[in-house]
Amino acid sequence: MELFRLTIHELQSLLRAGTVTATDVVGDMYRRIDAVEGSVHAYITLTREAAFAQAEAADNLIKQGNLKELTGIPLALKDILCTQGERTTCGSRMLNNFVPPYDATVVERLRQAGAIFTGKTNMDEFAMGSSNETSYFGATANPWDLTRIPGGSSGGSAAAVAADMCAAALGSDTGGSIRQPAALCGVVGMKPTYGRVSRFGLIAFASSLDQIGPFTKDVEDCAILMNAIAGHDPRESTSATVEVPDYRQFLLGGVEGWTIGIPKEYFIAGIDPEVEASVQEAIATFERLGARCLPISLPHTEYCLAVYYIIAPAEASSNLARYDGVKYGFRTDTYRDLLDMYKKTRSEGFGPEVKRRIMLGTYVLSAGYYDAYYKKASQVRGLIKRDFDEAFRKCDVILTPTSPTPAFRLGEKTDDPMQMYLSDIFTISANLAGIPGLSIPCGFTTDGLPIGLQLLAGHFDEGKLLQMASAYEKSAPQEKRRPQL
Amino acid sequence: MELEPVIGLEVHAQLLTQTKIFCGCSAKYGGVPNHHTCPVCLGMPGVLPVLNRRVVEFAMKMALATHCRINNESSFARKNYFYPDLPKGYQISQYNQPLAEHGWVDLELADSRKRIGITRIHLEEDAGKLMHAAFNPASSVDLNRTGVPLMEIVSEPDMRNPEEAADYLKRLHEILVYLEVCDGNMEEGSFRCDANISLRPLGTEKFGTRTELKNMNSFRNVQRALEYEIKRQSYLLESGKSVIQETRLWNDAQGVTQSMRGKEEAHDYRYFPDPDLVPLLISSAWIAELEKGLCELPLAKRERFISAYGLSPYDAGVLTSYAALADYFETTAKLSGQPKQAVNWIMGDLLRFLNEDKRDIKDSPVTPTLLTELLRLVETGTISGKMGKEVFAVMYQSGKSAQMIIAEQGLVQITDESEIAGVIAAVVNANPEQLAQYRSGRDKLFGFFVGQVMKATQGKANPQIINELLKKALNSG
Amino acid sequence: MKIETKEAAYVAHLARLEFQDDEMGRFTAQMNDILLYMEKLNEVDTTGIAPLTSAVAITNAFREDVVHNSLNYDLAVANAPEVRENCFIVPKVVE
Repeated sequence: MELFRLTIHELQSLLRAGTVTATDVVGDMYRRIDAVEGSVHAYITLTREAAFAQAEAADNLIKQGNLKELTGIPLALKDILCTQGERTTCGSRMLNNFVPPYDATVVERLRQAGAIFTGKTNMDEFAMGSSNETSYFGATANPWDLTRIPGGSSGGSAAAVAADMCAAALGSDTGGSIRQPAALCGVVGMKPTYGRVSRFGLIAFASSLDQIGPFTKDVEDCAILMNAIAGHDPRESTSATVEVPDYRQFLLGGVEGWTIGIPKEYFIAGIDPEVEASVQEAIATFERLGARCLPISLPHTEYCLAVYYIIAPAEASSNLARYDGVKYGFRTDTYRDLLDMYKKTRSEGFGPEVKRRIMLGTYVLSAGYYDAYYKKASQVRGLIKRDFDEAFRKCDVILTPTSPTPAFRLGEKTDDPMQMYLSDIFTISANLAGIPGLSIPCGFTTDGLPIGLQLLAGHFDEGKLLQMASAYEKSAPQEKRRPQL
Repeated sequence: MELEPVIGLEVHAQLLTQTKIFCGCSAKYGGVPNHHTCPVCLGMPGVLPVLNRRVVEFAMKMALATHCRINNESSFARKNYFYPDLPKGYQISQYNQPLAEHGWVDLELADSRKRIGITRIHLEEDAGKLMHAAFNPASSVDLNRTGVPLMEIVSEPDMRNPEEAADYLKRLHEILVYLEVCDGNMEEGSFRCDANISLRPLGTEKFGTRTELKNMNSFRNVQRALEYEIKRQSYLLESGKSVIQETRLWNDAQGVTQSMRGKEEAHDYRYFPDPDLVPLLISSAWIAELEKGLCELPLAKRERFISAYGLSPYDAGVLTSYAALADYFETTAKLSGQPKQAVNWIMGDLLRFLNEDKRDIKDSPVTPTLLTELLRLVETGTISGKMGKEVFAVMYQSGKSAQMIIAEQGLVQITDESEIAGVIAAVVNANPEQLAQYRSGRDKLFGFFVGQVMKATQGKANPQIINELLKKALNSG
Repeated sequence: MKIETKEAAYVAHLARLEFQDDEMGRFTAQMNDILLYMEKLNEVDTTGIAPLTSAVAITNAFREDVVHNSLNYDLAVANAPEVRENCFIVPKVVE
């Protein structure tokens, strides 16, 4: 039995029944990692020793009948999440040897639930990118086609799940960095409502947009992980106090009588025709399941990219000011004085995409430009949110493609930043409005590349997303394809 | 052309909360460097700020005490700049939505009152400490102080001379200490002041070019720096030159202000709302609750002491210089019913002893109750005033009550006229020469006889009775 | 609004970044492309619209004034590039 292929809920059954041990699971997982990680390069750091120690401890607990929700389940963490005593690089030379003295809240919660961590996954540097190509540690390959990108910035986590190098993983999403790689790698990826999952210990990119979320092999696993990580954290001021439901209760509901909004602005020319076709098929499936599709308009959609590329870099330029070679992180070797130390440290420690966004962000906040850019963008952001508030009065969920194209080739878009930014056009709006979004696999191109379907719902309606995705998963002919590695 | 100074002051007061503004580290002064830090105040990757509720309450109290309007909604902003003592590369402060605005403080000058406007009060976090050694090519950073809560109080440019500025600082300082929101220690840096000063022709409205003065670490230095700067700017303007807008540092050793030009560049702070913090909503109910519990403020207390107890403004000023002293006085005045006597004893003997010991009035061995007893004993003539002073000294050293001391040492004043007359008679008989000299006109010898009677009675005889009877005895045949 | 290389150099200084000459030229050009794209926002009428700074309606998130244990000193400085006598060491700041 290939334990590494299994979902969390399948592993839970086997572990509970005593059919396999945690050590069996972890052992199998690392054999898989040893076999394919060389080609995929999903990880920056593997925590093999610690994982086996955790597995041993888990097996003791299991023997005592003391199983917790995630005991013995091997998970991977995007290297943007602080792990106590374990190197956390954020994909950057700047934090190449940084060892946090504390765990992110989500990491603490997963540990308390008994989870085992396989390692820290690769990512675009400081989460800035859509292809995982800006990582200081090299690119990650899409397990479905090793010449192509897995998406970004959580490309490593998406690839690790797709390649069965972990049962599931956590990533972060600021403009689509969970949903887009999930679509490109054919896995389930959720960005929760802003404030649903604690950001404490998530290395900040854009504070008003960042969220942590799960990558899983199926919708049930997504519900299981959301149960484990969601909830109020007193260490975060922007953490929501809204109660967390048991997300598994939404898995059986179905979509009979639901209204699904189809926004015309997301079905534009320029989408890959196979992506379009696949999404249309999914719409037909939902109609068969008893939902009704309603054409809607989100009129400010065309401004999302511009708003995002003002607000996100502005916040990032401030969040990344702490990387100055004084308290931790990289410091340049030779310098004349303090100013020189700052400039060389930051110029050598950061890659070009990070520097580009810091420059943009600094510029739009600088004297004389604040009103024209940042303030204006914040106002338009209000209008974008209003579009969604109005839409959700008419429909239960909104459906769009996740990405306009399937995975493109490594190196294809690295010379033109604007081209790269356009990969996020469908996902950015959810971060700006703070609403939850879920990407689920809905087919493949003729080249065998995964296509993802995006579902969006109102604030704190993750349950609706899971309910709809679960209905789709159960009804659609199950593609048992796996990447050929 | 007569020039008029226009002065505004910016005060930063460190708040006396147990913990820092955005994390739970201790806010106590000092400590081994970098031993009072945590990932949040160190600015580590991934950390987030959470606002200390008590910091808000302390600032609200100050806002109420200075008649400011507390804004229903206020927010935090990031002030971005690079410096080694600023770990996040930005300071969390307040920009266009401060906690409170538009208040005032009344100055108590020698012969007048003057109202100085307060533009705003806002909250921010303190930075760490940067230390340099003269011959060291490196500097040291201690981040213990990072995140200690600061309240910034900005005045309107309403002051017109250094004395007004000094009094304004004194008023702010005493209110802060009364409210127990700041310990007002300028040397330790818990109360800091920067000044803005410009000159303009008397009678005109337009502001002149102003300079900002920093590095003044005492009230006296603020006054001296302003005096110097007025002279410097006057000289420039009167010789037809102009004042350059710049920041100048007070050099205490040389007694001058010095330009920082060339060493400091204009900062573009790129203020924007801090996305890690949420709006601060202050309800009228919360304000009302704090207002109810607000202690009586120094000015009000002074005025009440003057009218209720008949104190002089000077005495009222001294006794209200801090709340504990004022309370001590008031308790004693009420218990004893002798406010004027209470003033004398407290401002004389008690404060003297406390100052010598460097003791706080809270730790005085002579409590209001014990002092009241002493006052009563002197008032009733049981002991003389002079004797009372000696008793007080013993009370202070031993903590015993006056009654106990008098009983132990047999110090009760002698008021029996026949007894005193007897002593007088004995003294007169024992000093015939002096008697004769006195009777032939040497009036000064009266004091000699008083002294002898006192000696004979170990100082216990009532002085008024001595005087009366001695006069009779010496003047009669 | 088009940004000149000189202005871009000032922005780099504000952000404590430095670029080689050819890099600076390329960065400036890329920034200009992006900034040009931003001009789109001028099409939107935002009169009377309040800026949205957060997607959530949370207010008054407080902590109580209770001391917690500070981070162990060794952990606080473990990642520091240079530490001496309990302090982080930086090149001298000329005051």
